[in-house]
Amino acid sequence: MSGNALLFVAVFLACTVEAVEALTIVLAVGVSRGWRSAIQGVLAGLVTLAVVVAALGPALTAIPLGALRLLVGGLLLVFGLGWLRKAILRASGYKALHDEDAIYARELIAARAAAHSGRFVVHDWYAFTLSFKGVVLEGLEVAFIVVTFGSNQGNVPLATLAAASAVLLVVVAGVLIREPLARVPENTLKFAVGVLLTSFGTFWAAEGAGIDWPGADAAILAMVAVTTAAALSFTLLLRRRRASLGTSLGTSLRQPQDAGEVAS
Amino acid sequence: MSTVARWVHGFAAFWWDFIVGDDWRVAAGVIMAIIATALLAHHGVNAWWFLPLAVLVLLALSLRRAAREAENS
Repeated sequence: MSGNALLFVAVFLACTVEAVEALTIVLAVGVSRGWRSAIQGVLAGLVTLAVVVAALGPALTAIPLGALRLLVGGLLLVFGLGWLRKAILRASGYKALHDEDAIYARELIAARAAAHSGRFVVHDWYAFTLSFKGVVLEGLEVAFIVVTFGSNQGNVPLATLAAASAVLLVVVAGVLIREPLARVPENTLKFAVGVLLTSFGTFWAAEGAGIDWPGADAAILAMVAVTTAAALSFTLLLRRRRASLGTSLGTSLRQPQDAGEVAS
Repeated sequence: MSTVARWVHGFAAFWWDFIVGDDWRVAAGVIMAIIATALLAHHGVNAWWFLPLAVLVLLALSLRRAAREAENS
């Protein structure tokens, strides 16, 4: 698999996860408050994210490649380790899984209780701001990945295409089933994205620091394999640790219920 | 706290949480490992293995800390 193919997969998966989370918020707002202001909020959020990508993408490509790889590789590495750490803790039962149904129910209650008021061309300000925040906050991580991956790989358009494809897929699925996409294996996707961000981040940061990788770009594939193996091993070790401590800890740790998640 | 100070604090907190996340020690460790890699390269040592190894050690230590915190809570 080439660097561009891995770039597409990483951005597509990251965007799918974040789009599913944003969809949950927008659906709750649309169903409880009406669709007009909710969709206005979504469009305003997407425009904001497009401006971020359009402004930062060319700015980053103007930086010399060595410095860019050091800076962006380091940031991606820290960022990716955060995703991977969280995904491993969730897969091993040390952290609760993201429950889209529960989040949807909570947002629905809050949206129904809020007062109605309009501003400018927006009929329902609460619905607009909630949708806008949902799209921008969930999308900012994707914008960051699109810009950093795209600029380092020299292919921001491909990264943008991957992000747009994922958003389109999630929106079509959301429109068709009209409920949160609770069956999407979010943690498995986050695990995969964490592995890819960590692998690319390590590769680029080391290269930016002056290292020559054996095998040149093929070293990325080795990094992905090693990181995947290590992350799965950590997940299994933590599961065993939790199982061995389970009886003495009682209910303080969540019970295993997702054998299909990640390390199955 | 004034409105401006609150806004600046909120902005800084957002970016800290966005980039650094739940464990600042991982971020600090990554920065130190990158500096060490650059120093080795500067002195002619092509230590390509150092950063991946450091990353896996940092991840393992962070997971162990998180697991212990969850068990003690």
